[in-house]
Amino acid sequence: MTTNVIGIPLTRVDGRAKVTGAARYAADFNQHAQLHAVIVGATTGLGRVTALDETSARAMPGVVEVISHLNAPRLPYGPHKSFIDPAVGERLHVLQDDQVRFYGQPVALVVADTLDHAERAANALRISYAAERPVVDTHDPAAQTVEPSGSGAHGDTLRGDADRALAEAPVKVDATYDMARENHNPMEPHAVVAAWDGNRLTLWSKSQFVVNEQAEIAAIFGLPAQNVQVICPFIGGAFGTSLRTWPHVTLAAMAARQVGRPVKLVLTRKQMFFTTGHRPRTLQRVAIGATRDGRITSIVHEGNGETSRYEQFTEALLSATSYMYSCPNVRTRYRLTPLDTGTPNHMRGPGEASGIFALESAIDELSYGLGLDPIELRRRNEPTMDEGADKPFSSRSLMQCYDAGAERFGWARRTPAPRSMRDGRLLVGMGVASATYPVFFGPASARVRLHADGTAAVEVAASDMGPGTYTSMTQVAAETLGIPVEQVRVSIGHSDFPPAPPHGGSMTMASVGSAVRAACLAARDEVTRRAVADQRSPVFGAALDGIEWIGGSLRRLGDSSPGQTYHDVVASSGQPVEVHASNQRDADAASRYSMHSFGAVFAEVAIDPDVGTIRVRRAVGTYGAGRIVNPRLASSQCTGGMIGGIGMALMEQTALDTRDGRPVNAHMADYLMPVNLDIGSLEAHFVDEDDPHVNVLGVKGLGEIALVGMAPAVANAIYHATGIRVRDLPIRIEDILTA
Amino acid sequence: MLSFNFEKVRTEQDAIRAAAVGGRYIAGGTTLIDLMREEVERPEHLVDINALPMADIRADGFDLVIGALARMSDVAAHPETKRLEPLVAEALIEGASPQLRNMASTGGNLLQRVRCPYFRMLDAACNKRDPGSGCSAINGLNAGHAILGTSDHCVATHPSDVAVALVALEATMRVKGPDGERTFPVEELFRLPGNAPHLEHTLRPGELIVEIRVPGGPYARQARYLKVRDRASYEFALVSAAVALETAGGTIWQARVAVGGVGTRPWRMRAVEEALRDKPPGRNVFEAAAQLALEGARPLSHNHYKVELLPRTIVRALEMAGDVA
Repeated sequence: MTTNVIGIPLTRVDGRAKVTGAARYAADFNQHAQLHAVIVGATTGLGRVTALDETSARAMPGVVEVISHLNAPRLPYGPHKSFIDPAVGERLHVLQDDQVRFYGQPVALVVADTLDHAERAANALRISYAAERPVVDTHDPAAQTVEPSGSGAHGDTLRGDADRALAEAPVKVDATYDMARENHNPMEPHAVVAAWDGNRLTLWSKSQFVVNEQAEIAAIFGLPAQNVQVICPFIGGAFGTSLRTWPHVTLAAMAARQVGRPVKLVLTRKQMFFTTGHRPRTLQRVAIGATRDGRITSIVHEGNGETSRYEQFTEALLSATSYMYSCPNVRTRYRLTPLDTGTPNHMRGPGEASGIFALESAIDELSYGLGLDPIELRRRNEPTMDEGADKPFSSRSLMQCYDAGAERFGWARRTPAPRSMRDGRLLVGMGVASATYPVFFGPASARVRLHADGTAAVEVAASDMGPGTYTSMTQVAAETLGIPVEQVRVSIGHSDFPPAPPHGGSMTMASVGSAVRAACLAARDEVTRRAVADQRSPVFGAALDGIEWIGGSLRRLGDSSPGQTYHDVVASSGQPVEVHASNQRDADAASRYSMHSFGAVFAEVAIDPDVGTIRVRRAVGTYGAGRIVNPRLASSQCTGGMIGGIGMALMEQTALDTRDGRPVNAHMADYLMPVNLDIGSLEAHFVDEDDPHVNVLGVKGLGEIALVGMAPAVANAIYHATGIRVRDLPIRIEDILTA
Repeated sequence: MLSFNFEKVRTEQDAIRAAAVGGRYIAGGTTLIDLMREEVERPEHLVDINALPMADIRADGFDLVIGALARMSDVAAHPETKRLEPLVAEALIEGASPQLRNMASTGGNLLQRVRCPYFRMLDAACNKRDPGSGCSAINGLNAGHAILGTSDHCVATHPSDVAVALVALEATMRVKGPDGERTFPVEELFRLPGNAPHLEHTLRPGELIVEIRVPGGPYARQARYLKVRDRASYEFALVSAAVALETAGGTIWQARVAVGGVGTRPWRMRAVEEALRDKPPGRNVFEAAAQLALEGARPLSHNHYKVELLPRTIVRALEMAGDVA
């Protein structure tokens, strides 16, 4: 029988390997005769290196090489950009000149026989700088604002006359929001082991996009792509920081070639605040006008994100504003502030998480101005189509999410007035916000091999940073082939495998899942062709379309026999079946529909009115995200994202010293993220959503939307609890006390 | 980490002898090893005292006696601590993280180095790490820094939670050194930074903390520790308060108040204690007394909120101890 394994709460197929230590992460791939490299970062925020005294470092025990701009090989740095790289600007060329563009920028690399020896010598390097004052604060008077160039995706938009409609609106809010810079801070640090064999390079490297890392390193070193192999079977969390290929990968490869031995390079926690991206700080203005009965007539959303001087990082800060509400007049304006910092990059819920915070805070504020329940306000302005793109939604279950979420959360118990709910001494508040994220789809291919023993091997250059790619792809393959999950072996994270899009943007399930399904269907076809051509087969001579595939066996249509198992076909043909197929979706549907996930996020906070401590006691996230492949993993993914959103609301902030641009809290004790004690009850629920348009699996993806909406739900709950509206994140005790 | 010699000692005499010639004691190592990795601490000779018989926790009459090597988690969980000095147990549990509490010793906790980020960064000026180099925090990011006892040379807060409780409870410590043994109040262990912030404590060369004695008393059991911070665990205090009250017949007979997170050392609030004496416990009395905590407060550019938070924390801790709310 066909096993329906898509949709079941299968436990992680790689769970045992992970908890027993059998799963190997980048830094686990130690090589024979390997050396250790340590990066020396600039201790000034802007300027240039004027002198570098390496004499004493070179004389220290175990030191093999010291590389700086003075002796580093000039690398070709051939052009290469994938769509995860900023469209405008040029990546940092590491150790190619004496310029210091930001604090912590690599200025030297020490290679030694042990990590200890390398670290000791790194600390002994004496480097002099001609230092200038960097500009690292968006509010610095010296900071300049620019219009992003060549970025159609995130350009300014206008429909109707938003400013006039705002001026004429009888009820309005107009507020500004300041969200702190964040760093991804996954558990696993960036790590790479680089080994050359002649002109061929192997990189065991933490990456969410191995085929792009292959292409990027090949371009930097001027090699054919096939000379570079990138291997990354497991990722210990990433949240976007391992989408791009950062300078440490280049440095490890450079060093390995220089010393003629494999080189291992693992970033310290502190170094992960310098050159591996960050969620940019954003400044936003949201103004909303409405009629007295709560019809939104105007939305103005202006946003500003920080970027580096050498690249323009843009994100979808304002995109959701065009389709969240029915509104005839909408204007968005996106600007960048180049600063003397490293380039930001995508961090979970990139763009949307920040933009939705401002938009959903303003909507909440408007609800109080109107005296309307915040859910009712959203209901009154729920669009029937994407008014920004002028297209129907492929599906939109936002109101179903609100209905189901309100029920689960107990929204009816909420009393509307701020400061009206208490639990003993504590002020209690309930807040809500919408979440959304686009449904992306990228080209992907997969290879499937069917063996005579009945097992199936699936290979694709995808990644698994935690959502459970191994497990969900196993489910797709098992269901498509009609075999038990135990007979499927999925291999990912190798650039030799068929290519996959970046493991980000919530597109892995849709893109890679569709490719795995396509490859499994192709494998079935091949088995069928062999069977009908095999005189020993019970289906010999049947037409290809006269065969049905049931539970891993094939038989003539209408036949009630158990049929012939596919491994029997494979065995008697004497050759394993190996096929390769690419994902496809209905291109017409993709252009005709606006495709997004939606969710409703509820939070309850308790605030100590005396000392201002804020605790999120409960949160419920309800999502309409298409078909849910594995409810257990989906729930885990969503609660993880909700915790990220709580961190965004209440804790996370990379604090830069404006004198030299250094992050002063680059340490897990000082960069606050929630710990277990901060997290109360979290629930994630999924409304049934059958979307035939998004892709063949009907999945929308969950990774990104899980973080979106949590921060505004918390901020809105804090307002409900206290009557204090905090528009800058993170919201801290001092904001409650000094409001 | 730089190379160092490591010597494991079995007797107090051997320990003191080794330390008197420049050895550094190491117990749990949760501060020292961390800072050695950053090369902020560069000891040449470590003296491992973990084998010394100084980990006992016991009652002596109404007093609680804690061996200097007793681990934070062991002290917090000990029945005699809970019975005689619940304030100590509460302060310990609020400190650090479970992993750190399992390693960190009581003596080491009192001697832990500051959490000022500039102290921990070799490329930042810090008078505590590198005397005379300047203080990066005074004009830098100083939201976590002190408002009491600061100088123009250092504004770092003392990070210990349990030290605040011990100061409030007038605990004493027994130390042994090359010149013999002495006993003095825990409060006197800590120096103000003044113009020599690298000198943090009053121990003489080679002196070894042997035990802490926490006097029992009627107020010890009506005592609470309140630690206010943005994260519920594993964060140093923005402000903390250890308070103990002896009340009878609707009157406060005596009060003990010490605070953390705001001072360059654990800060005993004698003026607040005086203002509470002979008054009826209650919000108004507490608030009036707590205002006196701000005497001499010097907020920095980013920690003005501590001026607001300090009296509020004391008031709330007093309410918890007085059980009036």
